[in-house]
Amino acid sequence: MCLAIPAQVIELVDIEHAVVDMGGVRKTISTALVDDLQIGDYVIVHVGYALNRLDPEEAAETLRLIAEFSEVANHEIPG
Amino acid sequence: MKYLDEFRDGRLAQGLAARIRREIEPERRYALMEFCGGHTHAICRHGIEDLLPAEVRLIHGPGCPVCVLPSGRLQAAINLVERERVMLCSYGDLLRVPGTQGDTLLKAKARGADVRMVYSINDALEIARAHPDRHVVFFAIGFETTTPPTAVVLRQARREKLGNFSVYCNHVLTPPALRALLATDLSSSPQEAAPRGVGGVDGFIGPAHVSTVIGTRAYEFVATEYRRPLVIAGFEPLDVLQSILMLVRQINASEARVENEYTRAVGVDGNRKAQQWMDEVFEVRPSFEWRGLGELPNSALAIRPAFADWDTERRFAVPAIQASDHKACACGEVLRGVKRPEECKVFASACSPDHPLGSCMVSAEGACAAHYHYGRFRQAVTA
Repeated sequence: MCLAIPAQVIELVDIEHAVVDMGGVRKTISTALVDDLQIGDYVIVHVGYALNRLDPEEAAETLRLIAEFSEVANHEIPG
Repeated sequence: MKYLDEFRDGRLAQGLAARIRREIEPERRYALMEFCGGHTHAICRHGIEDLLPAEVRLIHGPGCPVCVLPSGRLQAAINLVERERVMLCSYGDLLRVPGTQGDTLLKAKARGADVRMVYSINDALEIARAHPDRHVVFFAIGFETTTPPTAVVLRQARREKLGNFSVYCNHVLTPPALRALLATDLSSSPQEAAPRGVGGVDGFIGPAHVSTVIGTRAYEFVATEYRRPLVIAGFEPLDVLQSILMLVRQINASEARVENEYTRAVGVDGNRKAQQWMDEVFEVRPSFEWRGLGELPNSALAIRPAFADWDTERRFAVPAIQASDHKACACGEVLRGVKRPEECKVFASACSPDHPLGSCMVSAEGACAAHYHYGRFRQAVTA
């Protein structure tokens, strides 16, 4: 139920709507809950609403920590 | 997809599991509850339990809104759509949840009732605009993730003075349910007593997307009042494994802190705008029934009087129905983490996703359906 999908903003329609790209699928969503979105931002989308921005630096930092703790020889950070 | 694929890397997952195996202390037991159905689904789908050492046990919690909706509230919706001839819009999972005597919204639809499945509450609003001669009811369920969109639409309906639309509000709140679980049985030390049940939970995997809205601060009481660690985690397998490692480390150090693994989407305060709008539209119900947990104080939302014209329960008589669940169904115990799905007498026999007797077998996030779909129960049988 609380599943939400990361999507990239590709077009701002009006102050409360944007077109996002979800792995190749384009969809118009409501951006009423997140202010000041820019084209290129990543958001978490749930039932047609952006709930929050995704922070690319935090994502990279989490992946860095995971790779650090993961006991894999010669690992590379994916993505 | 970016932000999904890189958090599903199998090699890194194996490596995290190896790290967890190395860091556990053999004399300890780690009983960890994932509150949220999204985590339950991810754990079963990605086979995370198979990667973990025997000392780490995952307990599925009650964070599946379809599963905790009492059958009386569902039967009230079936009665409403048939008696008042409204158009009822609902998220898909609810259509197959049994009400009283096994009746469902899908069966009501087959009898001729106007029941429609929607992806978003916005679709319900569109349907109401397109059918001014019909009354459209949106069957709202969900935790804090799903509630803000309902608030947005109720504000919109009031702005438009849309007279043929209302919301049957069943939104529930995460922190009071966590509190109820923690208050159940913590008189005994988690390490020595109660191997089953919440009294024996050593730490919590905290919800992902509920937390994007309410923030990490909302969970502080778990650490300060109940001395349990809680780590907020994303829904991908690397997120879940990383959060388990963080919990193992806290438990080894006898610490109880709220930590955040899902920093890419969750902050301390959450989404303030969403919180503000929820507060404008909803008020806390003094008490609400949860399937499996009973009446929990301050655990659900009702629509404020200022939005009374769009509140289904004020527009129509929606009498409270006392309904008991199927006698053989152990959903209540499964939702409290007292029983595993395969310990229910009817699991995978009389109760299956095609013919669910209980709500946990309906939603893909229900513990029983997740176990059934991904075959985890077969290993338990042959082991």
